[in-house]
Amino acid sequence: MAEVINPQNILEEISVSDLLRRALELKKAGFRFSQAHAVYNSKDNKYELSYSFSDYSTYQLHSLRVVVDLDTVVPSITEIIPAAVFYENEMKELFGVKIEMISADLQNKLYRIEVDTPFGPKKEEA
Amino acid sequence: MGKRSVIPYGPQHPVLPEPVHIDLVVEDERVVEAIPSIGFIHRGLESLVDRRDFNQMTYVAERTCGICSFQHGMGYCEAVEHIMGVEVPDRAKFLRTLWAETSRMHSHLLWLGLLADGFGFENLFYQCWRVREKVLDIQEMTAGGRLIFSVNKVGGVLKDVTDDQLKFILATMDEVEAELKVIKETFFEDYSVKSRLVGVGVLTAEQINALGAVGPFARASGVNVDMRKLGYAAYPHIDFEPITSNDGDCYARCYVRMMEVFQSIDIIRQVIAKMPAEKDLAVAVKGNPDGEYFMRVEQPRGEAFYYVKGNGTPNLERMRIRTPTFANIPGLCEMLKNTELADIGLLILTIDPCISCTER
Repeated sequence: MAEVINPQNILEEISVSDLLRRALELKKAGFRFSQAHAVYNSKDNKYELSYSFSDYSTYQLHSLRVVVDLDTVVPSITEIIPAAVFYENEMKELFGVKIEMISADLQNKLYRIEVDTPFGPKKEEA
Repeated sequence: MGKRSVIPYGPQHPVLPEPVHIDLVVEDERVVEAIPSIGFIHRGLESLVDRRDFNQMTYVAERTCGICSFQHGMGYCEAVEHIMGVEVPDRAKFLRTLWAETSRMHSHLLWLGLLADGFGFENLFYQCWRVREKVLDIQEMTAGGRLIFSVNKVGGVLKDVTDDQLKFILATMDEVEAELKVIKETFFEDYSVKSRLVGVGVLTAEQINALGAVGPFARASGVNVDMRKLGYAAYPHIDFEPITSNDGDCYARCYVRMMEVFQSIDIIRQVIAKMPAEKDLAVAVKGNPDGEYFMRVEQPRGEAFYYVKGNGTPNLERMRIRTPTFANIPGLCEMLKNTELADIGLLILTIDPCISCTER
């Protein structure tokens, strides 16, 4: 039989002001960045942002969850995690999340699409 | 510092199987920076959650990619099954593993052929794709489709494989293995192949980890990680260890993928030897998913992420797929720095880019 490593996924809800600190702590603890994504919650008219980190020695997945209002400016984690650059550009371009100080802000040119923020709030909701 | 110019590379280019655009900042013939952009074939599949119910989304997930279609469907179903607490019958788990590995085989053989074509070895390209046809024949015989065969469902699988078909698969594995051993010698020993691949596009394990790269691209730099170790499908019953190399160059990426084809053959033999006799293929699923789950599976190109969030209605609130190619783009951009313009096509190929996946 193969060794099976199946740790429980950890989901930690934090405030936006704790994002950089927790990202740095996870990096220092040996976690590497796996992915980030946004969800537009139309019911509450908020964004749910998830930043996932993996420890490849234990396969542990640790995700940070930040819930923000539509007009909240979220700090970029790219100074700490350079690999997040395209994920943050994606959240900005497809969802309209306001992210500042992305190390390489592609100015809505990562996705060559004609519709602005297609996965974000409809214009009348925003 | 020499004169800098920007060369637009793609989205249409002979060496690119799919459309990605990269602005290459060059000094003479040397690349100093690479800035990618995608979206030329973006389909917005994830946004279909508000028009298709969670069962129908299985087929949407499978259409994320034409190459790793099965694994997209499986990853999505496993995520929903985790949320709903569904235990899939053992035979369905083994069948999922069987099809996952045939998918890995034909994907890697496709890539090996494209790589050979990329460095101008057309006969090697033909040979890889000729062998690949045998794997596609297995998929067509067992599931009814060559690439997209829609056999996954939430709760199990839709089709069984007969004992005669299992015998045919074993015989085909023997044939493929014998033919691949010959092809392997050419990939690993031929002077012209080595001259294009050895020492080109080197990334260290530290760079791979910093840039978040996954799959064979990461394993070729010595990062020992394979999501099959998480134990989804029937992988807990299979003996295997991730295949790695420490060289981190194009040759190492070729080595890892070639050896993973042999590993898949071994896994398929184990799956067939241990296939449960019970004939249950799926369990009835009642209700709607309510909750969220992060599922990870090891696709041919590496770790794929499926985030599924349900709200107790038939329509999901969010389905997010992070494809391995998306994770490998930062690594690609780093790899392109300080390389010769003539190597760009080959370097892009060595991450095995699947832009259709990325443009889900």
